Amino acid sequence: MTALAALITRDLKIALRVGGGALIGVLFFLTVVVLMPFAVGPDLALLTRLGPAILWLGALLASLLTLDRLFMADHEDGSLDLIVMGRAPLELACAAKALAHWLAAGLPLIVATPVLGLLLNLDATATSAVALTLLAGTPALTFTGMIGAALAVTLHRGGLLLAVLVLPLSIPVLIFGVAASQAAIAGPLSFGTPFSILCALSLVSFVIGPFAAAASLRQGLD
Amino acid sequence: MRLSGRGVRCVRGGREVFSGLDFEASSGEALAVTGRNGSGKTSLLRQIAGLLTVAGGSIGLEGGETELTLAEQAHYLGHRDALKPALSVTENLSFWRDFLDDQAGQAFNPTDSLAAVGLDHALHLPAAYLSAGQRRRLSIARLLAVRRPVWLLDEPINALDAAGQSMFAALMGDHLARGGLIVAATHAPLGVPAKELRIGGVS
Repeated sequence: MTALAALITRDLKIALRVGGGALIGVLFFLTVVVLMPFAVGPDLALLTRLGPAILWLGALLASLLTLDRLFMADHEDGSLDLIVMGRAPLELACAAKALAHWLAAGLPLIVATPVLGLLLNLDATATSAVALTLLAGTPALTFTGMIGAALAVTLHRGGLLLAVLVLPLSIPVLIFGVAASQAAIAGPLSFGTPFSILCALSLVSFVIGPFAAAASLRQGLD
Repeated sequence: MRLSGRGVRCVRGGREVFSGLDFEASSGEALAVTGRNGSGKTSLLRQIAGLLTVAGGSIGLEGGETELTLAEQAHYLGHRDALKPALSVTENLSFWRDFLDDQAGQAFNPTDSLAAVGLDHALHLPAAYLSAGQRRRLSIARLLAVRRPVWLLDEPINALDAAGQSMFAALMGDHLARGGLIVAATHAPLGVPAKELRIGGVS
């Protein structure tokens, strides 16, 4: 356990220091959401209707943006070799890295959502619904994205490839995330159904993500 | 404890690098792997470390801890030094100590290992500001912070100054005297008595 705790602490420390990249995702999220009202125009009803979708799209793209560094930085400086050789199971080490990444890059997106909701004319109920769905859904984005990050680890500038690889896996998360938020705001569906599916997607990704990522890291080492 | 390889074959990118390689090293012995550039010295070390698939033959460790694999009983000191520029010297070392060592919970004083490699004046300096030789010294401190019987060293004395080389030779001597085992890819003399394993034809 100490090994995994050490890994999480180290990744968080690096992410939060200068040049660490924890803020890149949330700044990108901010940019997308701030620009959107200017592009859509001053139709407040339309903005309210599009709001949850815009927030979800922004959060999804922001989390894809930062995911490619998940293993690549460790691969470039040789840390990944030592992590693979270590006594902690590689699956758990992958899960620990994904958790640290979510804490550093995913959580700030959720914290920023209420502020950005104001720009999209969402009221308090709507913003909290979106924030709640993001809280349940972004771990799934991180853990499935990790599979792509592990596959693209040996490729320089594999970021775009990663986005394409994990696209099919992130589409269900996006659909049910937006569906749950819309249900909470406008109905007529109940909030519970899409939200439970969203939670299920996250739970499934917790199981599959680390195993798939560890397997592709073992295959990809060279 | 005995590390041995029988008929080891290595294939990189569809091309055979070496084949039919036999080697053997026992406790207290150092094995110096030599050969021209591209002959597969690093590949052999990575095969022993379990980071590269062995295309043929076998590599095994007898007499080690039975529940651990060879890789889990080995230290690998490669070209890339596994240091994070944003973390300080102490933080880098403490992380690897916590990550690599199972028997955690004991008090650990990174200053001891860092003093042994002559880096105790730079404890709180971010690793980004270290010179190549200092980075190498910090990597060597990792070998001292966590005890592993097998050391796999890839060009270990590169970038070290004369004082650093004799310091590292003394550390390797201690490790061998304690019953450790060293496999080192090198072009220069290691500074400790070593058996030579030559890969590739005689140049």
